[in-house]
Amino acid sequence: MFRNQYDTDVTTWSPAGRLFQVEYSMEAVKQGSAAVGLRSKTHAVLAAVNKAASDLASHQRKLFRADHHVGVAIAGLTADGRVLSRFLRNECINHSFVYESPLPVSRLVVQLADKAQVCTQRSWKRPFGVGLLVAGLDETGAHLYYNCPSGNYFEYQAFAIGSRSQAAKTFLERRFHEYDTYSREDLIKDALFAIKETLQGEKLTTQLCTVAIVGEGEAFHIIDQQTIQDYIDAMELSTGGPDEEAAAAAPPSAEAQGGGEGASSEPAPMDI
Amino acid sequence: MELQRSMVDGSVSMKDSAKSEISSERTLYPYVTGTSIIGIKYKDGVILASDTAGSYGSTLRYKSVERIKQVGDHTLIGASGEISDFQEIMRYLDELILYDKMWDDGNSLGPKEVHNYLNRIMYNRRNKFNPLWNSLVLGGVKKGQKYLGTVNMIGTHYEDDHLATGFGNHLARPILRSEWREDLTFEEAVKLIEKCLLVLLYRDRSSINKFQIARITDEGTTIYPPYALKTFWGFSHFQNPSKGAAGTW
Repeated sequence: MFRNQYDTDVTTWSPAGRLFQVEYSMEAVKQGSAAVGLRSKTHAVLAAVNKAASDLASHQRKLFRADHHVGVAIAGLTADGRVLSRFLRNECINHSFVYESPLPVSRLVVQLADKAQVCTQRSWKRPFGVGLLVAGLDETGAHLYYNCPSGNYFEYQAFAIGSRSQAAKTFLERRFHEYDTYSREDLIKDALFAIKETLQGEKLTTQLCTVAIVGEGEAFHIIDQQTIQDYIDAMELSTGGPDEEAAAAAPPSAEAQGGGEGASSEPAPMDI
Repeated sequence: MELQRSMVDGSVSMKDSAKSEISSERTLYPYVTGTSIIGIKYKDGVILASDTAGSYGSTLRYKSVERIKQVGDHTLIGASGEISDFQEIMRYLDELILYDKMWDDGNSLGPKEVHNYLNRIMYNRRNKFNPLWNSLVLGGVKKGQKYLGTVNMIGTHYEDDHLATGFGNHLARPILRSEWREDLTFEEAVKLIEKCLLVLLYRDRSSINKFQIARITDEGTTIYPPYALKTFWGFSHFQNPSKGAAGTW
């Protein structure tokens, strides 16, 4: 992207019909650490890479619960993501208060998209610098949406955003055809594998990633570190790819966990 | 009551004070009213029933008032109390359903949602001392789930297998409590309702012999045309009533 004379204001069109500030804001999403989402007919999973700035620091929250039935993963400016999460929580709780029933996910993302669009059409504002993967369940089934800073939103079977997300997308593209019938365990394993792809050879540990799930009979919640460790161990035992047989199997032996990288002894990243 | 009203008037905002000098802008008492509504769940869905009378005080002024209406695809509402307030409620609900349909996204408001929305309105108005003077029954079916609830002018709301408003609570519900069953067929349910409607006709002075029954199931809604019930007045005590007392009027 080159600097040019049409990119100072978000309200200035370029001769080619582009809004450069909006496009630059989408670059901010690509700079953030990766987040992936996938869904079946009944469940939706979000996973995110949680890298701390240094060993002294704690990790930045990437996964937020908006209501019992919907949550988001963010990539980009975390502060913008926090503000939008508060907006989502507010919309959900207002709907629940008036109608005593959960806000349909499709309506939530439209409200979020309309809020983002406003910032692309006011000269005194700037677009939000965060992309959101919205995962939720309503009476029409499980859903996964991606909300752009541009105010666009799309529904996906599986998607990845943030840095090196292309590697995750390539993996998901190969497998998404079967996701509708996947069990929740298989969804989680594929999410972890997709996250692993974005790490480019770095070792996948529970410190590095956070996983959340929502589905039928299951409110949106972050999966605890021990369970994630079990999934990661199962992945490593099989031949480097998520294996159907190892799926429903019990977690690997206690020795393997205890002798692990001391992962369990370090404090877990912040939980909701 | 007067003291209460002046206290409340005092707390009305500045811009309202000019208005309140001219007229009071709140509901004080009802004018044209409907009497009981009865609602019951049955095997395939929910049935609401009422008469079609609009009373003006003690006068049976209007004889063809439809007090049961459809709200969206999944809900029926029946109203007793002030008819004009019911018409206002229908305006709110029709607008609500319209905006819901405009989403065109496969989601729709069911009876539970409509009931809660209405409850918010009724309670809010009550807190402003300007109630919608109604007792409402909402019945509906969505995705096989039957729903029957009630809400009134003070915001009290609850659900049950059979409900009534006004006199129906005292005359119809005891009958329903002893004779209602989960698996009533449509014919059995109508017979049970007619039994209740007849008692109300005999004993409620604001009722008339012109009834409407409405049914809602997963397949859809039907509001049946009004009809009359057979009454019997040939009791021996009604023949020659002054027999036992000389010089009665």
